[in-house]
Amino acid sequence: MSESPAAPLRTADGVPLKVSLRRTVRRSKIKALLLVAPLLIFLFIAFLMPLFEMLWRSVDNPEVSTHLSRTVSALEGWNGESLPDEAAFAALAEDLREGQQERNLGLLSSRLNYEKSGMRSTISRTARRVDTLEPPYRASLIEVNDTWGELDTWKLIQREASPYTISYYLAAVDLQLSPDGEIVKVPEHMRIHATLFWRTLWMSAVITGLTLLLGYPVAFLLASLPARHSNLLMILVLLPFWTSLLVRTTTWIAILQSQGVLNDVMVALGLIADEARWQMIHNKLGTIIAMTHILLPFMILPLYSVMKTIPPSYMRAARSLGGKPFLSFRRVYFPLTIPGIAAGGILVFILSIGYYITPALVGGQSGRFITNYIAYHMQTSLNWGLAAAIASILLFVVIICYLVFNRLIGVDKVKLG
Amino acid sequence: MKTIIRKRVLKAGIAVVGLSSLAVAVSAHAQQTLNIVSWGGAYSMSQHEAYDKPWMEKTGDEIVNIDRSGNALAGLRAQSQAGNVTWDLVDMLPADAMIACAEGLIEPLDHDELLADAPDGTPPSEDFVDGALGDCFVASIVYSNIVAFNSDMFPEDDQPSTIEDVFDLENYPGKRALLRKPINNMEWALIADGVDREEVYAMLETEEGVQRAFDKLDTIKDEVIWWEEGAQPPQLLADQEVAFASAYNGRIFNAMVTEDQPFEIIWDAQVFELDGWVVPTGKLDKVKDYLHFATDTQRLADQAQYISYGPARLSSSELVSTHAETGMEMTPHMPTHEPNFATALQKDDLFWADYNDELTQRFNAWLSR
Repeated sequence: MSESPAAPLRTADGVPLKVSLRRTVRRSKIKALLLVAPLLIFLFIAFLMPLFEMLWRSVDNPEVSTHLSRTVSALEGWNGESLPDEAAFAALAEDLREGQQERNLGLLSSRLNYEKSGMRSTISRTARRVDTLEPPYRASLIEVNDTWGELDTWKLIQREASPYTISYYLAAVDLQLSPDGEIVKVPEHMRIHATLFWRTLWMSAVITGLTLLLGYPVAFLLASLPARHSNLLMILVLLPFWTSLLVRTTTWIAILQSQGVLNDVMVALGLIADEARWQMIHNKLGTIIAMTHILLPFMILPLYSVMKTIPPSYMRAARSLGGKPFLSFRRVYFPLTIPGIAAGGILVFILSIGYYITPALVGGQSGRFITNYIAYHMQTSLNWGLAAAIASILLFVVIICYLVFNRLIGVDKVKLG
Repeated sequence: MKTIIRKRVLKAGIAVVGLSSLAVAVSAHAQQTLNIVSWGGAYSMSQHEAYDKPWMEKTGDEIVNIDRSGNALAGLRAQSQAGNVTWDLVDMLPADAMIACAEGLIEPLDHDELLADAPDGTPPSEDFVDGALGDCFVASIVYSNIVAFNSDMFPEDDQPSTIEDVFDLENYPGKRALLRKPINNMEWALIADGVDREEVYAMLETEEGVQRAFDKLDTIKDEVIWWEEGAQPPQLLADQEVAFASAYNGRIFNAMVTEDQPFEIIWDAQVFELDGWVVPTGKLDKVKDYLHFATDTQRLADQAQYISYGPARLSSSELVSTHAETGMEMTPHMPTHEPNFATALQKDDLFWADYNDELTQRFNAWLSR
């Protein structure tokens, strides 16, 4: 039964219905777009642009090529086996003279100092005496500072002349380029970032596990108690959630420190000796306790929203079919809560690998996260390239976690509330 | 500005005489708001009392204090990259000032032209102490990194007195609070290990020297609590969480006199350095009057009434008097006081400019083991 192609349907004013429909749809699409436009623009400016800026900074390497441009071109074709010729030294003297006049050698010397300690003062001392330099520049420069007579210095300048660098990424995982350009591990006593990445990951996993262990029964109670009681319980869950993060963190300090409430009580009860107070804060334990507490609502709420949708009759059915309580729980209830566990788990895990304030306050030395080093390189060492590289790696880790999670459980199954 | 004038007008009432005299005062100096960055706490308070209050009274300017000196270099860089420098004057350490100067973030200063002469006519270049005037830097104080202890925690007849005692867990047990940076700790470790203080920095340029310092720090590592904010050490000492704490001498002084804490300072091997002003690029015209005022002989001497940091001008030292609140004689509490100064070490800014990145990474790696 097929319709024969007749004349197209038209609206009352004679426009073909198809066209008219398309117009209406387009209009409503534009309206929708205008409605979300503020958010899109906001996301673009506040989220995407900084993200690209960060990725850009982690490989950007303009210092040597801009501030030592003459030297760099004089070094073209240099084989690196013996000191470069007089032309390169003369070019260096000229570059430094110009840099000193325009006062822009600072970033250059910081950049080279990251790769070779001592370059900062080598450059600043040479620049200060740049007026005393005279041909032959080779002898003159080496007399001012003998670092210029080292082959490695020149290899470094030649290597860092490229506008992009991977040194920041290498430094972020405790590797470096040797003077000959090979990738080698940094000396043992300088290794720190790889350990911290690893620690951040495993401690976040532990925190996620603990929030699940503590949060699951609470979420179950919330979902199964009568409304009168569960509302009260919900307020108890949410109350700390509304309290400032700093307040909650410092409260843990007051409770756990060696002269703190918990130790005082245990000493008063005679459980531990006054001299043998427990060190529960400013270490890994402190970070784990405080972060578990702070992140607990992020586990309970998704769990609760999933459990709320599981009809109690399922469990009753399982019991009436002869299942013992534990078996019915394991075979019927638990599998139904997996989307909630997954949602809470990924939420808590991703939040905790990016956590910063709490580990900084209660982590002491051993309980610090890699994020604290991002802050350190942003604010104190001012090595923004390295901070960007570490942050980018952290971003990749989160993306990988997300992909693995999606493969295993499926993001579409997640319920966040 | 309008509101300020209006307030003034209200205060002056409707008296015509008051109004006309006000108009004269306003035209002589355009009132402005100065954003001044400093360290916060007792130190900012001392600057506020000694410089800001008289300046505001004299000119009607408003002064906004910003406690960001701890990250001043990062702040200057960020503001300069964003093209919007909001700070007018910044209090920072000479080592940071060297870096900022090399990056062109701050103004080069012609000291003899910008700063006030001493009362007897001595030009600033001769009146300030050695190293106080950098290319872009003018020091206002000499302060000192010292180790202090809580005297209640040791028997009266056996109180610690030298830097060796800080590393001596057997005779002087208890926790130590140290700054979470290699600076000062490396120097003290070597001195406590018997290195002559003139050779400390030469030694730290060698691998053996650095290793030796870390080996010495290893001996107390388990007993150390690391601090990061200047306000922490006095607090830790007061709570008896630690027996010793490294600190800035002014903070300890402040806790001793205004809070009556039983602290004592070990002046042995104090590491002293300067601290002072830099002017962000483009702000010189706006702040030069204030800078001239705030670094003159009397102002620097006045600041010493509020905190025990030595004035960076020789001509101010003679004017240092008594503590503003308690009337206590200030001279014996100054880092530069002769008995305190006998074994002092000057922080080597050039050394730290070169090696801070490397040693800090190594220090952090050492800490996390």
